[in-house]
Amino acid sequence: MTQKYLIPLAAVFLLFLVAYTGAGAGLGWFFGIVFPYLAIIAFLVGFVIKVMGWAASAVPFRIPTTCGQQKSLDWIQQNRIDNPDTTLGVFVRMLLEIFTFRSLFRNTKAAFNRNASNRITYSWEIFLWVAALAFHYAFLVVLLRHFRFFTSPVPGVVQFLEALDGIVQVGLPGLFLSGVVLPAAVLFLLARRLFDAKLRYISQASDYFPLFLILGIAATGISMRYFTKVDVTGIKEMTMGLVTLSPTIPDGIGGLFYGHLFLVSILFAYFPASKLMHLGGVFLSPTRNMANNTRAKRHVNPWNYDVPIHTYQDYEDHFRDKMIEAGLPVDKKE
Amino acid sequence: MADELTPDELLDKIDYGADSGNWMDTTKSVQIRPGMYCYAAKAESVETLGLPNARPWNPVEEDWKLPDDWQQILHNGIKERLERFRTFKIFMDVCVRCGACADKCHFFLGTGDPKNMPVLRAELLRSVYRNDFTTAGKILQNIPGGQRLGGNRPLTLDVLKEMWYYFFQCTECRRCSVFCPYGIDTAEITIMARELFNLIGLNIDWIATPVSNCYQTGNHLGIQPHAFKDMLEFFVEDLEDITGVDCTPNFQKKGADILFITPSGDVFADPGTYTCQGYLILFKYLKDKYGLDVTWSTYASEGGNFGFFTSHETMKRLNAKMYAEAKRLGVKWILGGECGHMWRVIHQYMDTMNGPADFLEVPVNPITGTRFTNAASTKMVHITEFTADLIKHGKLELDKGRNANRIMTFHDSCNPARGMGLLDEPRYVINNVCDNFYEMPPNTIRENTFCCGSGAGLNAGENMELRMAGALPRATALKHVHEKYGVNTLGTICAIDRAALSTLCEYWVPEVEVAGIHELVGNALILPGEKERTEDLRMEPLPGCEEEE
Ligand code: SF4
Ligand code: SF4
Repeated sequence: MTQKYLIPLAAVFLLFLVAYTGAGAGLGWFFGIVFPYLAIIAFLVGFVIKVMGWAASAVPFRIPTTCGQQKSLDWIQQNRIDNPDTTLGVFVRMLLEIFTFRSLFRNTKAAFNRNASNRITYSWEIFLWVAALAFHYAFLVVLLRHFRFFTSPVPGVVQFLEALDGIVQVGLPGLFLSGVVLPAAVLFLLARRLFDAKLRYISQASDYFPLFLILGIAATGISMRYFTKVDVTGIKEMTMGLVTLSPTIPDGIGGLFYGHLFLVSILFAYFPASKLMHLGGVFLSPTRNMANNTRAKRHVNPWNYDVPIHTYQDYEDHFRDKMIEAGLPVDKKE
Repeated sequence: MADELTPDELLDKIDYGADSGNWMDTTKSVQIRPGMYCYAAKAESVETLGLPNARPWNPVEEDWKLPDDWQQILHNGIKERLERFRTFKIFMDVCVRCGACADKCHFFLGTGDPKNMPVLRAELLRSVYRNDFTTAGKILQNIPGGQRLGGNRPLTLDVLKEMWYYFFQCTECRRCSVFCPYGIDTAEITIMARELFNLIGLNIDWIATPVSNCYQTGNHLGIQPHAFKDMLEFFVEDLEDITGVDCTPNFQKKGADILFITPSGDVFADPGTYTCQGYLILFKYLKDKYGLDVTWSTYASEGGNFGFFTSHETMKRLNAKMYAEAKRLGVKWILGGECGHMWRVIHQYMDTMNGPADFLEVPVNPITGTRFTNAASTKMVHITEFTADLIKHGKLELDKGRNANRIMTFHDSCNPARGMGLLDEPRYVINNVCDNFYEMPPNTIRENTFCCGSGAGLNAGENMELRMAGALPRATALKHVHEKYGVNTLGTICAIDRAALSTLCEYWVPEVEVAGIHELVGNALILPGEKERTEDLRMEPLPGCEEEE
């Protein structure tokens, strides 16, 4: 099933080339102004529509997945985080889920050894968790660092983050840790999909595409910073133009930058229609964001409707004689 | 029994890395294979509840006798459920196919069939959702090769059959959901899929017939009121032989303190019957010592709810009896016996569906004074919560020695574990009635527990290969403690488990027996005025009373 990854890979190359050559052919205004604006609009509108769509669906039942001891008798120690019965507990559970990927941390790997032991064995599988955390945090840092292009003066936090990210102080311009971690994590995630039979089987083109896209974005970004020197002042002039809604296209910005910007724009535009929406979904998942207190506090189903039931009277009418004969109490004697 | 396949043959089939083609290519070759599927619902059973498309049909025949507009019905059904269930909508949208859930399913672990990876099970339906309900899907439909590239599929008959096959290979155990970073619960997706199947009459008989029985007669097994009474009286006779005490229960007693409801399986089949006898002993004890009045009901004589495996509506229709009967009898609150899915329904659905139960009182144990605030609204208490509370307050006189021959481990049933969190209450009870207790490995207990492989209505006879394959992870863990600590008894608080795990043990670990927790309580509890007991509830000699050779 090579198409599943070759087509997304080719698509990312092609997209890059389109912007690279297009900008050279005088279409800089399109790749530098029109498309980024469209992409941002698509992202915001799409994101909001998607989340509102989820929010519009009812939550008829309170069905958290419980991952620890419930609250019951006072002297039994409850697991307040993995089986919360209060809003605070849910809040902590969600924080840990969102910021530390707690569920992924539990990951194990099963192996079956046919002839030696005939046992299924489980080992802790931490690498997915490490790679996922590394990827998401590196991405976040990269994203935040880029605020230096959209703010003037650059806020202290962004500068601080940059300093932190460049703490190793290697090379000139200084190496950013995120610039190493991000591509490494993406490559790991990609390798899993390609080389683990189970993952290869479940992966779709839409799983490879974002990985290649982000790799493309990272590659173009890194090469601009470290290898092909670009006109940073010109770029900042342009990005500031974008945020202040007075876009300009300064001269001398290379095709590489347009390629980079275009891939980023694609990522934004693609985001709401894709699995990347897990960013929004994780907040709304009813198996995680609800308290396990359904027996203590009634949950109301907005569309609860009456159903036909077999009443006791129907039942007694059906079985009265047999019940009387067996000495079971009845409401009506005949 | 799994007459076709020996354990060795079954083990030979397992390979976790075999298939790496495009799963969509194999859709057409899906063979609904004997041993892996359950028979179709009988027309009469479907009719009892007035559910759609009652007719005789057979899954292995080409023609499933579907209504002409079945695609439209399913399409509308999906649409409606996307609006009604946020879970469904989000779970359709956000899976990133990270594979964290892939090797968490006992059916995948036991069969190696890649379509039993939870993520792929969900993808079977998700691929249809993507095609018919997303903008991207609609665009890709118009591009040659687009559907395939997007992993999207139109809802064809082959797709339907494949979904049917695999959604009846999921026991709704929620283990996958524990590991998913977004909490995606494939059980919930299976619930939706089965609801959809029921719109066009595609239930299995092992679910439809119990549902119909329960609706009409009061319990899954279709035990009529007089027979139900007879069966309990039969236990009473045995108990009199064993203990010398008359443990006759109340039936439909108006004004009793507590209504007790348990799965009918415990009245009907060993070893559940011993658990049932344990209840009778406990209630007799509480009546004599403390004057607590517990009643049974033949109308609400089913704690289990196979409606849950049919549709939310059917679940509600069956569950309604519990509150209706409690109200009619004028009891204070309801006590529920040992059962798995029954407790998920009570804990997470009952009050919402059929409440508010404002005619009942917040449950208070009159003997200990404990207020069960965790059940303040639903007003139903789990029997291990109740018994644990009694033991903690020293209200039960127990002779652990009578269980000295039992070297125990405990199987957490999926629903109480992952849909409730009832983990330490049964352990507390076990430790107070028995001296030898060993846990199975941590990856296989508590919230990580492995399903018996026969839940969610799949404990039929014809799908034994599937059941025994799904049982393998549990069996492996059990075998481990059997070999290491000499465990000879697998405790459980689920009626389906008592049947299913017995079959599991017979197949995989024949040296181990299955027992309900209240069977052990019944053995240990010293009834006022009892004779010197020489036999346990199974009428086997108590430890120390074995006959001299
Ligand atoms: S763990 Fe969750 S997100 Fe990952 S593949 Fe399974 S269902 Fe999808
Ligand atoms: S709910 Fe249980 S049986 Fe169903 S897919 Fe998940 S792990 Fe497998």
